[in-house]
Amino acid sequence: MTTKQVEVSLSTTGLDAQGRPQRVPLVVDAAGNVVEMPPPAALEPELEGEHMLINIGPQHPATHGVLRLVLELDGETVVRCIPHVGYLHCGFEKIGEYRQYNQIIPWTDREDYLNSPGNNVAFAMAAERLFGIEITPRCTVLRVIAMELSRIMSHLVWLGTTCIDIGAFTPFLWAFQRREQIYNLLESWIGARLTTTLTRVGGMGADIPDGFVENLRDFNRDFPGTIDEIDRMVTRNGIWVGRTIGIGAMTADEAVNYGLSGSMVRASGVAYDVRKDFPYLDYETYDFDVPVGSTGDVYDRFLVRMEELRQSVRILEQAVARLPDGPVNVADARVILPPKSKATSEIESMIHHFKQVMEGPRPPAGESYVAVESPKGEKGYYLVSDGTPKPVRWRIRPPSFVNLSAIPRMVEGHLLSDVIAINASIDIVMGEIDR
Amino acid sequence: MNPSVVRLRERFGAAIVRAEVGWGETNVVVSGSVLLDVVRYLHDDPAERYDYLSDVTAVEYRDAGLPLEVVWHLRSLPYRRFLRLKVLIEPGAPLRVASVWSVYKGADWLEREAFDMFGIVFEGHPDLRRILLWEQYKEGFPLRKDFPLRGRFSRSEQLVQALAANPEARYSMEELSIADAFEDLPVDMRGRLVRGEKTGE
Repeated sequence: MTTKQVEVSLSTTGLDAQGRPQRVPLVVDAAGNVVEMPPPAALEPELEGEHMLINIGPQHPATHGVLRLVLELDGETVVRCIPHVGYLHCGFEKIGEYRQYNQIIPWTDREDYLNSPGNNVAFAMAAERLFGIEITPRCTVLRVIAMELSRIMSHLVWLGTTCIDIGAFTPFLWAFQRREQIYNLLESWIGARLTTTLTRVGGMGADIPDGFVENLRDFNRDFPGTIDEIDRMVTRNGIWVGRTIGIGAMTADEAVNYGLSGSMVRASGVAYDVRKDFPYLDYETYDFDVPVGSTGDVYDRFLVRMEELRQSVRILEQAVARLPDGPVNVADARVILPPKSKATSEIESMIHHFKQVMEGPRPPAGESYVAVESPKGEKGYYLVSDGTPKPVRWRIRPPSFVNLSAIPRMVEGHLLSDVIAINASIDIVMGEIDR
Repeated sequence: MNPSVVRLRERFGAAIVRAEVGWGETNVVVSGSVLLDVVRYLHDDPAERYDYLSDVTAVEYRDAGLPLEVVWHLRSLPYRRFLRLKVLIEPGAPLRVASVWSVYKGADWLEREAFDMFGIVFEGHPDLRRILLWEQYKEGFPLRKDFPLRGRFSRSEQLVQALAANPEARYSMEELSIADAFEDLPVDMRGRLVRGEKTGE
């Protein structure tokens, strides 16, 4: 039996006499009868590896900054993913070696710029460990307030932008409305909104102003309503669920081995939270829960972060309730400037002020690594001092950087559109990755 | 002091050069030849279980006579312990240490960054190339103390180099070699790709 190939075009389909769509015979024999084709042999080698390399970013809104992903696609399925970072690299760590400790704090604003107060607190804690300073009780509680406010801010940005990536616009507006409220709080506290420079070594840049506590109580009262609203809108939404469940899953062992931290590792079922496991700022005395997921997919990360917002409000309420009176800065002349009125009226204070500002405080030689639970994960500052006013080494342990390094593992085998959802779920800030 | 230090001393003896506590953090200086064994022991042993690698970095002191330190920050999540491992590289010695990528996948980018910034070669790393700076970066390793704050080249030369780098215009050889199809491509196309001409038309 001989067979021949019949070439047809799509436009030849029509209806037969009964009105049913006409089936196009693909292979007919010499007599005109349709025959079954044998299954094709192995494809020709040149047809086999027809993968496509495509490039997402660095200028692409869904990459959350200047991230470039080179994807090798088989059809629409991702076979390999190669991330490229470094477009924002400006050598923070090198610059830090040429700055005094208090002068580095403004730089910490600018790496993870959604979490500036948290970075300020973490850096100040690392420097204080070098100096051997014990901060005051009021400062401790104020720092907890700062860290939890910045966690809420960062999670709100994550929530809003991820909703946009996956196709919901309204939660973005609700989230940013609340974020604005926090920025107003911070503005009343320190005068800046985004780059706060909130802390100093040994204390804070400023005490909270009158009315701050009342405004914070208002926020604590109103904010859970917004979370509930977003929860009702998104959590059981069919599109949201369809695009997030089972996407980018990491098992618990994998997540730990890849060094994931923060909501990423907790979504995989590992209850690793620096606040609980390696407590700082008296976090062990606060009553809060660490939410964990089970499958580690995008949906679990979303649920974990939603619950973390609620837990942050719980911590804020407790912090406001226990806020003690007293000084904010430690009484340690090595690091704290004399009051301005004294510096302009007494010669000793003036000399002290001058030497503090021009030379900077000198910690003893040594090293300290302080890790805090930033919204992205374990944020660590590693400071090495040789006894001079400037650190020998200022190392930032960037949680986004390590979390992003697992993206090739997470996107493998998923569709191109899932890459956007997975990338959004990592909650990256390129300023922190590239530094 | 971290209880792991005692067991490390028993097991590795003289290869544990020094152990000290500073500000509540335990530093263990190990000899570079046993680093991977130490890390593997700390990761696998049921009494240690340092399953989390926080950081890989390096420290170079301003005093050029002091050794360069490669630093690993390890955490044991089950036992809530923290340990800092160090390997000292004496001045003039080649900057080579073992990669811990085979134990912790999270070391991948951290080691690449330490290579990018200090020039430390991590032996056994599967894909050791620059990460924050572009691959053709010629000025050296920025976090070394002999690297000036503003770089080695003049501003104009830096600008010329940065503009010529144009990293989006090419797919690197690493990317192409992982595409299995590369070997099957026609010779002239492979040649164009190797030369870095634009592809994808």
